[in-house]
Amino acid sequence: MNFQKTLKASLLGVSLAVIAATGASAKNLVYCSEGSPEGFDAALYTAGTTFDASSKPIYNRLVEFKRGTTEVLPGLAESWEVSEDGLEYTFKLRQGVKFHTTSFFTPTREFNADDVLFTFERQLKKDHPWHEYTAGTAWEYFEGMSMPDLIKEIVKVDDYTVKFVLNRPEAPMIANLAMDFASIVSAEYAAQLEAAGTKDQLNQQPVGTGPFTFVGYQKDAVIRYAANADYWGGKQPVDNLIFAITPDAAVRLQKLKAGECHIMPYPAPADITDIQSDDTLTLMEQQGLNVGYLAYNTKQAPFDKPEVRKALNHAINKQAILDAVFQGSGQAAKNPIPPTMWSYNDAVEDDDYNPELAKEMLEAAGVKDLSMKIWAMPVQRPYNPNARRMAEVIQADYANIGVNVEIVSYEWGEYLSRSKDENRDGAVLLGWTGDNGDPDNFLAVLLGCDGVGGSNRAQWCNEEFDALIMKAKTVTSKEERTKLYEEAQVVFKEQAPWATIAHSVVFMPMSSKVTGYIMDPLGGHWFDGVDIAE
Amino acid sequence: MFRFLLGRLGLLIPTFFGVTLVAFSFIRMLPGDPAELLAGERGISDERRAQVLSQLGFDKPLWHQYLDYIAGIFQGDLGTSFVSKKPVLDEFLTLFPATAELALCAIIIAVCLGIPAGIFAAVKRGSIADQAIMGTALVGYSMPIFWWGLLLIILFSGTLGWTPVSGRISLMFFFPQVTGFMLIDSLLSGEKGAFLSAVRHLILPSIVLATIPMAVIARQTRSAMLEVLGEDYVRTARAKGLPPRAVVGLHALRNALIPVVTTIGLQVGVLLAGAILTETIFSWPGIGKWLVDSISRRDYFVVQGGLLLIAGIIMMVNLIVDVLYGLINPRIRHN
Amino acid sequence: MTNTSPAVKADQTKLQAESRNATKAQFLEFWYYFSQNKGAVIGLVIFSLLVLMALFAPLVAPHSPDFQYRDSFLVPPFWEEGGKAAFLLGTDAVGRDILSRLIFGARFSLFIGVVVVTIALVGGVVIGLVAGYMRGMTDTLIMRVMDIILAFPSLLLALVLVAILGPGLINAMIAIAIVLQPHFVRLTRAAVLSERTRDYVVAAKVAGAGHMRLMFKTILPNCLAPLIVQATLSFSNAILDAAALGFLGMGAQPPTPEWGTMLAEAREFILRAWWVVTFPGIAILVTVLAINLVGDGLRDALDPKLKRS
Repeated sequence: MNFQKTLKASLLGVSLAVIAATGASAKNLVYCSEGSPEGFDAALYTAGTTFDASSKPIYNRLVEFKRGTTEVLPGLAESWEVSEDGLEYTFKLRQGVKFHTTSFFTPTREFNADDVLFTFERQLKKDHPWHEYTAGTAWEYFEGMSMPDLIKEIVKVDDYTVKFVLNRPEAPMIANLAMDFASIVSAEYAAQLEAAGTKDQLNQQPVGTGPFTFVGYQKDAVIRYAANADYWGGKQPVDNLIFAITPDAAVRLQKLKAGECHIMPYPAPADITDIQSDDTLTLMEQQGLNVGYLAYNTKQAPFDKPEVRKALNHAINKQAILDAVFQGSGQAAKNPIPPTMWSYNDAVEDDDYNPELAKEMLEAAGVKDLSMKIWAMPVQRPYNPNARRMAEVIQADYANIGVNVEIVSYEWGEYLSRSKDENRDGAVLLGWTGDNGDPDNFLAVLLGCDGVGGSNRAQWCNEEFDALIMKAKTVTSKEERTKLYEEAQVVFKEQAPWATIAHSVVFMPMSSKVTGYIMDPLGGHWFDGVDIAE
Repeated sequence: MFRFLLGRLGLLIPTFFGVTLVAFSFIRMLPGDPAELLAGERGISDERRAQVLSQLGFDKPLWHQYLDYIAGIFQGDLGTSFVSKKPVLDEFLTLFPATAELALCAIIIAVCLGIPAGIFAAVKRGSIADQAIMGTALVGYSMPIFWWGLLLIILFSGTLGWTPVSGRISLMFFFPQVTGFMLIDSLLSGEKGAFLSAVRHLILPSIVLATIPMAVIARQTRSAMLEVLGEDYVRTARAKGLPPRAVVGLHALRNALIPVVTTIGLQVGVLLAGAILTETIFSWPGIGKWLVDSISRRDYFVVQGGLLLIAGIIMMVNLIVDVLYGLINPRIRHN
Repeated sequence: MTNTSPAVKADQTKLQAESRNATKAQFLEFWYYFSQNKGAVIGLVIFSLLVLMALFAPLVAPHSPDFQYRDSFLVPPFWEEGGKAAFLLGTDAVGRDILSRLIFGARFSLFIGVVVVTIALVGGVVIGLVAGYMRGMTDTLIMRVMDIILAFPSLLLALVLVAILGPGLINAMIAIAIVLQPHFVRLTRAAVLSERTRDYVVAAKVAGAGHMRLMFKTILPNCLAPLIVQATLSFSNAILDAAALGFLGMGAQPPTPEWGTMLAEAREFILRAWWVVTFPGIAILVTVLAINLVGDGLRDALDPKLKRS
């Protein structure tokens, strides 16, 4: 068994060498990725690293995000219509789209409605033959987005028309279908695997319609793709795309500097100045689609009073947090949604750092000798690189206004489940990274009444706020939704269930030769349209 | 001799079952669970969580789970990693060579420097050299090695830029793993510079890991030598007019090394504990780092299987040391 | 150093005076050998200074260990460019004075050592006495359990125990005590086994002493020497292990100025601010070294076999 593995590995090595030798004229784009994908059937997973290697290069979706935005464009669906009641979505599919031809699969037909039905029904129907095709996995995102409750049925109207029927109106539905779990897989390939009794291969040797064709994967080392010559969006400017898996940030940077790769994600914050001063490198940056916050338990006295929460917000020195915790890779947050998101209300004024005012406000609210707990996450997250240090800074800030803080922490899984408790003692540091660029994905999930005892860590249920976001869910006009969300942000700021702390900034170092790379506000990494200047 | 061996093995059996019981019950006492961890901020429904736990077999009664686990062990099945979905034993076998390579290099460094230093100190007892060697050994023995590793990184990787910060080999090199030992594989691959790169990656971690065993071996060698040098037969040899070198080399050393061999054997446990810290600091992809990561990821079967395998290795090594010692020193056998 | 015979009860006062004299003579003899070892004396002096520093930390430390100087993040030590005289050893990532944190940190490290050794020693001695005295099934059972504990690398076992109990200083101390305890058990048991057939024990038994009295009053005092040496060893091990757990994020939790935890917090600055990494490590090293020096001295003075080598 080991011998076979070795042989396979060495064969792959040989083929790599051959390509490298003959490919003097071939253009290879090398991406130093931060980790190994869990598999290649993206709908089974939730990790961005997996999506970068599977859904993004290999697959397409019915609708796609426009690069660099969260705006939705036609993808494998050329157009769509939504019924008056918001319950029926009808998609007209693109014709003439070919699935990849690879060493393990040759398609005999073009993309059609059967592929769409297969993609979603395997996730939706518990009795579908592909519902549990790999052991120990589930349709995490599909279920996490409550799709099984939302989708009533999916109907094939004709070969190029598909209708989604919902149980309730859901304005973010279109944006949801641009997400990675909605990547369209080939029903014909699946049938071939099923006949051969090797269903697992769907997750190992993927076939899609995307800009790059899967060539091979050497575990924990390298993934190879070739440009799809028949891509409906046109052939890519590079010939091969190579992922060199390099978990250590310092090593990634060394390789980038040595010219061993062209692009790398997630540089260490401490290396940023070094990268900026290097002429051969370009450093792109973008605000991350995330927010880090401190959620008070609004059901617990005295934090049930908005004045108290507001006073505590005034006591936090956000600049100190940005300096000590984010070290320049963050931006102070005033709203619960990031500034890159549509409907961000820039007119909202932040609670400034003013310990004197905070003291007065606490006195006015009749709060004396306040002692509280602050929960600090044990792990590093995109929206909070060091929660314990953040808690220490806030602890010192609160001590300034006479509030005594005890910092508590639990193992991450424990932390997540315990912090949901409505009787939780203390304010909790947490955050959120957006999935689909829709404000609903932040405001309803994190602050809606439904989330109390769950993802609403402030346990905050405000009628006015809830009415606004519930209405925004059912309205389809984007302008109208924008207004509703802007208003909701004003209510949020007045009520202050959270201290909004920061949005992180994401950096992307690359060789100066790289052209056409666009950063994704949703945090993914896309290589279509990227070229290397000679 | 045979009875002695049998007796030792007999002692191992209850210990082995005790170890399985400890590993088994520990992971069931760990708070939190992997399903919750994987879901992250997004959360997980209670229904899905129950489903995941039942896939792991956690819904069966405890005694049933334990019997399954024991039955699995005898079939070479330690369960499957929740994160990588690969059998625990496979993961262990791919990572173990990395730790073995590191530990072997460390023990070679420790022995090659520790024993001569100890002998030298004993022979020159009371001299400045003796005091210097024993002082250094005591510093090494008192060293917090996680800090020592960081210090070496600051100096050699940071200031001087001589060695890489982490990993086993430059990722420029892709070649198949044949033995799992990077030094050998890099030579086999025939790629230019690969071997050198592997050496440069290995040097700092092995020095760090060798520090404590080296100090222990040096101290042990010195005191064993001193004891032997005072014995009658050495004095006789000296009186016979044998040159000092022959006295030390022929008579004293051979006898002094017996307890030192035991010490070296006992360092295996120290090395494995040290590997946890060393591998964490240098991002060395071995079993120490694997276990630490798995504990924080609540990857149950990896923790359970890893604990058992490591305990198994230590028990085997202790047995071998015991037997060797019994062979060399018949007095122990009948004790 | 044997016990005065309990048989004669008539002249108790005289006996007591004699035994007091004997204790004094024992101590003088011990001190003579101990003070021969210069290293041990130096170690004792450093250790005493550390204890004083810990006791009077609020008086010695120039700043509060928790106060964050917001205009002084990551200030280097005073002799470096950009250093400030107010912060002799510089400041950490949130502007706390490193020297003051180190001084207060001595409290935690010494506290950890004392508590861990006390738990491990008391637990280990009691279990070891019982095992050695009772023999039979009890002994076998106890020794197998100890074998099981010793079959795991100590740090790994402590790590898992802390994961179960939850990270924190107290839990880390409990875990380390459990891991260190088998050494005391083995040592005590071995000593008891060699002592229990000695004449004085047999005599006491014949005189009708109960089990408790035999175990604790008669046998135990004669096994003390190796236990004291082991206790010093464990003291330094406890400090090292607690720091290692803190370094892995499983020991004392921030903002506690425990040295290992300070190192863990400093790791990301390794190539940027060497002082936040260097000084806590030196503190650990010096403390452990001092205790080990004392331990070597104790061993030389107490262990008759090695006394004159």
